[in-house]
Amino acid sequence: MSYELIFDVKRGDFDTAGEASRKIKRTLQQLGVSNKVIRKVSIAGYEGEMNLAIHSSGGKILLEVGEEELVLTIEDSGPGIANIDLAMTAGWSTAGDEVRQMGFGAGMGLPNMKNNADNFQISSKVGEGTKIVMKFLV
Amino acid sequence: MKLKRVRDLLEAVVLSGESHLEEDVQSGFGCDLMSDVLCFAKEDAILLTGLVNKQVLNTADMANMNSVIFVRNKMPSQEMIDMAKERNLLVMSTKYILFECCGILYKNGLKGAHLR
Repeated sequence: MSYELIFDVKRGDFDTAGEASRKIKRTLQQLGVSNKVIRKVSIAGYEGEMNLAIHSSGGKILLEVGEEELVLTIEDSGPGIANIDLAMTAGWSTAGDEVRQMGFGAGMGLPNMKNNADNFQISSKVGEGTKIVMKFLV
Repeated sequence: MKLKRVRDLLEAVVLSGESHLEEDVQSGFGCDLMSDVLCFAKEDAILLTGLVNKQVLNTADMANMNSVIFVRNKMPSQEMIDMAKERNLLVMSTKYILFECCGILYKNGLKGAHLR
């Protein structure tokens, strides 16, 4: 990989949530990546960032920029997802009222990340954490 | 339709991004659920919403939607206006409710920005 960026995302910090995705978008613009790809990465990254703020006990976003693909890794340290198939179901969410009042928690985040990525892998273990790796062809 | 025509039709107040008013727009998406905007909205469309928080601006920015109109007389905070200026987003506020905004704009030729 020729370029890497890493961001920390804190649980429940909705004031700064979105900052990492904004920086990723600006970086990709500066690198001359096409608008179509930037939009996909931005949306998937932002969904992931909001998921970290909403559901995780904190986590990291890593962007790796290669010649042929961009890899976005979203990893947290818990609480983990008990049933990934259920979590991937459009409309299913465990988000609380505060999150829903903010316009999120509709259960569309994970399916939307998968839709935007060219390759989507998710693994999770309850008590340990969740890791999502998304690849985007440049 | 030019965005300044949108402003006039909705009798909206411009709060940031005035330089976008000469640009053309073809479609709009009216919604208070940002999750659905990220899933279903086309880029380069107007986002009409009654929800007012920073995540609305993040959503518009990430989805490449350069104009946001707050309906029902909702006014963003100064912090949000500053954030919109920094991101070069056109932000307006109108007295009309979401249903009326959509009706007025649709009647005047704007289409729904539904990503199918």
